[in-house]
Amino acid sequence: MESINGHTLLFLLFGALTCFFALAVVFSANIVRMAFYLIIALATTAGLHFLAGADFVGAMQLVLYVGGTLVVLVFGVMLTARSPFVSLRTAGGDWVLAALIGGTLLVILLPVAFQIGLPPTATDGIFTDPAGSERITSSVPVTVPTATRIGLGFLGVPGDDFSGYLLPFEIISIHLLVVLVGAAYLARAKRRTTVKNSDVSGSS
Amino acid sequence: MSEFLINSWGWPPFYASACAAFVAVVLILHLIAVGAMFFIWLERKVAGRIQDRLGPTRVGGKFGWLQTLADGIKLIAKEDLMPAEADGLLFRIAPYVAFCASFSSFIALPFATGWVGLDINVAVFFVVAILGLEVFGVILAGYASASKWSLFGAMREAAQVVSYEVPLGLCIVIPVMIAGTMDLTKIGNLQAGWFTNWYIFHDPFTFLTSFVFFSCALASVNRAPFDLAEAESELVAGFHTEYSGLRWSFFFMAEYGSMFLVSALGAILFLGGWNGPVPMGQFLFGAHAMELSGWAFFLINLLGVMNFIFKVVLGVTLMIWIRWTLPRLRIDQVITTCWKYFTPIAAIMFVGVISWQLLGLPSGGDLLPLHVDGRPRLSGDVREQHLKDAVLPQDSADQHSAASRALGDNLVRVGGGH
Repeated sequence: MESINGHTLLFLLFGALTCFFALAVVFSANIVRMAFYLIIALATTAGLHFLAGADFVGAMQLVLYVGGTLVVLVFGVMLTARSPFVSLRTAGGDWVLAALIGGTLLVILLPVAFQIGLPPTATDGIFTDPAGSERITSSVPVTVPTATRIGLGFLGVPGDDFSGYLLPFEIISIHLLVVLVGAAYLARAKRRTTVKNSDVSGSS
Repeated sequence: MSEFLINSWGWPPFYASACAAFVAVVLILHLIAVGAMFFIWLERKVAGRIQDRLGPTRVGGKFGWLQTLADGIKLIAKEDLMPAEADGLLFRIAPYVAFCASFSSFIALPFATGWVGLDINVAVFFVVAILGLEVFGVILAGYASASKWSLFGAMREAAQVVSYEVPLGLCIVIPVMIAGTMDLTKIGNLQAGWFTNWYIFHDPFTFLTSFVFFSCALASVNRAPFDLAEAESELVAGFHTEYSGLRWSFFFMAEYGSMFLVSALGAILFLGGWNGPVPMGQFLFGAHAMELSGWAFFLINLLGVMNFIFKVVLGVTLMIWIRWTLPRLRIDQVITTCWKYFTPIAAIMFVGVISWQLLGLPSGGDLLPLHVDGRPRLSGDVREQHLKDAVLPQDSADQHSAASRALGDNLVRVGGGH
């Protein structure tokens, strides 16, 4: 029997799941269900990252995107809490605009995808270390650590040039901090005028 | 295990790893299910004793230790109700979301050296990421039930979890920073040796941090005094008001699974993981106990798992004790505790630990310099080696620049401190 490449099968399965739930987000009319489908689509994308051996990026995907969708979900629940299960209808113009943007992105991404080729699979799940030093006989590709390299590349250490991203990162951090302080200021509890002794402390 | 199957039995790698994964999944499932059974029984006994009662006494002999099994059978036999107004799909799927989130994080949780479902290099990060997803199940349940009580519970849970992730993350970063790795197995092994090597005794700041961590962990797994989402005195039963039968019990399995998980995380990050207070393995097998193989390695790992489970059960017992002792906080008190107390304290601890490391002050392991055979302490060696590995990846080891070498030495000096 020809050896089935299980890793590729898993990769395709996760890819199909991602596509299915991404389409479900588009065609669903209930905003909370949309958020739920979006969570699954993003989580399966994290699964794709793990299968591709990018463990750090996969965990990052879980924290940032899947975790970030929590806020979408909460807002969806809060917006529809007054009259439950509000359905969202999309107008015709929105469809055209969305198709245009999505199609453009697809046109950009497809050639890149074909340039790279099939998912990175050696024969039957045996993965080679990117360094090429030793063969790892395991079909679990996340044994090659990536976090250290990403971190050091980010700081600009291991290469011969110091072209890291530390300064832009710091600038963005300060910017974000300013934005957060501003948001907290705008959304603060208004000065109490009539009620005394009641704790009107601002929520999160 | 997959390596064993490939090398010894000549299995194709994919089937071998699939088989290994299946065994790991079944083991973890049973751990959660049996653990939930045990902890529910323990909770009822402890609650009974604290309230001057006996707790369950009849089912299964003197101590009522089959009570949970009887309850489980009762729950399976119950009718699976769903409110007419509910959003059917989300209502049905919510318990599974909560349970899956709790279950998935066990994949990266090591129980001893090498005894882990999947040895991820960023295991700490992964576990925390997945742990944060459990709230989705609660929010979906609260929303889909179409009930006021459920929705209130879900909204409280959302506010609480989003807030408490901040101090929890800060507390977790501190041991990661001392160890210089996010690999839970390595963090555990760095604390080998005497109990003074545990990170809780590393310096005064980590000592305090571990308590903040425990409090935040309590809040993040939605246990009293932070169980606002199900506050039965105000919200009937909170987010699971409308659930019954097996779906309801899935929420509880998720809750007890998460309790186990955060206790395990605390045990690895602060309490030395699977390393006992006394380096038994090194007494038995000499100083090279960590590099052993065969039956000695197995024996040490078995001891380690017993240590680990003991610490975790201790943590869960502490959670149960707290639940039946402390009154529930109000939601504004919960948020205040998080933002006005825990977050600043965690930030100060963070700066404190950094300063401690930078100044090279003695850590707990240095205060009790008892080596088994005069070798330098294991943790220092491993850490320096690890940092060197980290700074000089193997593919560039032969062509690294002088700058990176200088930075590597710097890192070792800062991280090691001895």
